[in-house]
Amino acid sequence: MAEIKLRIFRFDPENPKPVPHYQTYTIETNPGMTVLGALFDVLDNQDGTLSFRYSCRWAICGSCAVSLNGKCRLACETQVSDYKGTLTIEPLPGFDVIKDLVVDIEPFFENYMKIKPYLMSQASPEKENIQMQEQVNLMQPHVRCILCAVCESSCPVSWTSREKYVGPMAFTKVYRFNRDSRDSGGKERLAIVGDESGVWRCRTIFRCTEYCPKDIPITEAIEFLKRRYFRD
Amino acid sequence: MAPIFHPVLVIGGGLAGLRAALEVKKHCDVAVISMVYPVRSHSCAAQGGINASLGNVPEGRGDTWEKHAYDTVKGSDFLADQDAVEILAREAPLRVYEMEHWGTPFSRTPEGRIAQRPFGGAEFPRTCYAEDTTGHALLQTMNEQAVKNGIKVYAERFVVSLVVRDKKVAGLIALNRLTGKLETYAANAVVLSTGGAGRIYAETTNSLIMSGYGIYLAYRAGAALKDMEFMQFHPTSLFQINILLTEGCRGEGGYLLNKNGDRFMAWCAPKSMELAPRDIVARAIATEILEGRGVNNEYVYLDLRHLGERIIEERLPGIRRLCRSFIGLDPVHELIPVEPAQHYTMGGIDCNVNGGTEIKGLYAAGECACVSVHGANRLGGNSLLETLVFGKRAGESAAAFAMHEGSDMNKSSQDAIEEEYRKAVEKIKGREGKEKIASIRNDLGRVMSKKVGIFRKENELEEAVEEISNLSARFENVHVSKGTVYNLELINALDLEAMLALAEIIARGALLRKESRGSHFRIDYPERDDANFLRHTIARLAPGGVKIEYRGVAITKFKPEKRVY
Repeated sequence: MAEIKLRIFRFDPENPKPVPHYQTYTIETNPGMTVLGALFDVLDNQDGTLSFRYSCRWAICGSCAVSLNGKCRLACETQVSDYKGTLTIEPLPGFDVIKDLVVDIEPFFENYMKIKPYLMSQASPEKENIQMQEQVNLMQPHVRCILCAVCESSCPVSWTSREKYVGPMAFTKVYRFNRDSRDSGGKERLAIVGDESGVWRCRTIFRCTEYCPKDIPITEAIEFLKRRYFRD
Repeated sequence: MAPIFHPVLVIGGGLAGLRAALEVKKHCDVAVISMVYPVRSHSCAAQGGINASLGNVPEGRGDTWEKHAYDTVKGSDFLADQDAVEILAREAPLRVYEMEHWGTPFSRTPEGRIAQRPFGGAEFPRTCYAEDTTGHALLQTMNEQAVKNGIKVYAERFVVSLVVRDKKVAGLIALNRLTGKLETYAANAVVLSTGGAGRIYAETTNSLIMSGYGIYLAYRAGAALKDMEFMQFHPTSLFQINILLTEGCRGEGGYLLNKNGDRFMAWCAPKSMELAPRDIVARAIATEILEGRGVNNEYVYLDLRHLGERIIEERLPGIRRLCRSFIGLDPVHELIPVEPAQHYTMGGIDCNVNGGTEIKGLYAAGECACVSVHGANRLGGNSLLETLVFGKRAGESAAAFAMHEGSDMNKSSQDAIEEEYRKAVEKIKGREGKEKIASIRNDLGRVMSKKVGIFRKENELEEAVEEISNLSARFENVHVSKGTVYNLELINALDLEAMLALAEIIARGALLRKESRGSHFRIDYPERDDANFLRHTIARLAPGGVKIEYRGVAITKFKPEKRVY
């Protein structure tokens, strides 16, 4: 039976003198154990005061992103066996910590709201709109975004200028709608992300693309939006 | 403290809840209260698709809503209410087109129409899909519409109790998980859309948040529950970790094989084979394993290899990815080990076709509700459909009630809210007991999977009822750490209280139903008994505990007949 040490960031706002610190738990691992499974092992058997987010456990709901040895990943689909010795688990960087691994994710969803993340269409056909599979493919894999915030919490520009930067997830969404053959709101969204709080603040560091758990080429989408901004 | 008032409150931000809220918003103000952010809801976990008789593919040209209704009723083993099923099937195309107009990225036919695939128990390819993550695609679209329409969302609030006075809903008490504070809400009407209770079982495909708490809220407030003993077991979950592998795998042509390489479905459903309804396929797999033809006596194989890489990448890319990241196996080249696992709660809050319950102003929609359109066994592709059709209808009726019959907040409802608030304060305190939540929950899961699972019999069900009662006694002495800010132990304890209560209702219903119908299979009563049990089980909270009665089934067009596939 293999063992691993989990070094977990702790912060309890209900403590009269809350001090952020790390606490280390040793757990026995088994084949197939995920990081989320390991967190539950701690919660259920060692420390009932630990807090983290979860829901679906197979990488479709976007709840459980955390920082693992400094890299943002989904706890539910990351195997513990990817790590040896000590695994440091921290809340997503760039967001305020509420408790332990739970961060205030509201600013992320505020960015989502900013870019009119919905289909704008004048058409009202009796049945469905006709859309060819090749046209659907233009939105792939961007429609697979699960709003997990890994892109934004991996982006140094988002960390340092959150209030001035709408961030990579928002661009993914703009791209997804602007490439949808049914949509007519492209110019409106481009105008929203066309200033210095938008695509021009991206420093093409590629970390969003590197860590996206759905393999969405986000940087490429941002470059596409830059080109469209000039063309239109 | 003054309660936050909205004419209509929707509890739950999944597909049914958001669809209901969008409908209410056409008429009056509304807010959604959800224990997670809406996009995290379990609706996103649906994979295979949504049924509607669009007739978009050549093999489906002859499809009609009547045939959809018939397949659904036959699939339900004739326990579904046929008036409700007619509504489901008739309104299906409207709701699917609506989602397409709102932007859902459906997969397409060569003509650019919504693609449809074959699914279990359906005569035609009727299941519309977006690759193999249809629930995710629909929930994203629905959430986008909620943003567009300015629907107010109170996220990460756990509803501790409903406030009901004189059999009429007045509001609710919710724990704000982020601040750790209790909040009071007042409303003229409340819609429950909180999902199923799959986590009661040890092996389930459900999200970790699916405790059935909303069903318990309604039950405790005095609403009736219907047909709770009918639990669907999905035939193909990944062995041991029970992650769902969509019925679409078999819809696209996948085989089920036992350890000898036999396609064993030929023995019990020679015509439909792997695409028989889920109750039949799940039983067949369990039988193979019980009779020693499972691999290592534990699982069977799902075989997709003959479909080839192109089809798998085009139509089942998520399944390939799941297999690779969770068990390190590529279904293009290898066999997938699968076992049945709890998947769907057919029963739920007893409601009519407009979502109305026995409590005035309280409505229910989606998996937490039981209209009933699924009866004793739900067909794949009908649950996403149910959320849209009945979410809309519940929203419509809740808005109408709130505007015309609901009385705005008055002194007596304010008093009732304050009284419920005081009780909630007690409920969220830490507890100094010795028992661990996880230990009780794990024991409950094992009892339910083993004794109230795919195969059931009298003495085991009796044992289950007793063991659940023992677990409830242990729960009295549970330990819950102090603190209310994102305290997982506290939420897990509240969930476990609900799970124990619902487990008892499920086991008792199963014990009393001395027949086999759909997902409920009694080894000691292997035949369907229409003379005695073509009836819904109705459970209510009574002074001495749960009280069970029966109610007739609405039969319109289709006379009960033997189910052959």
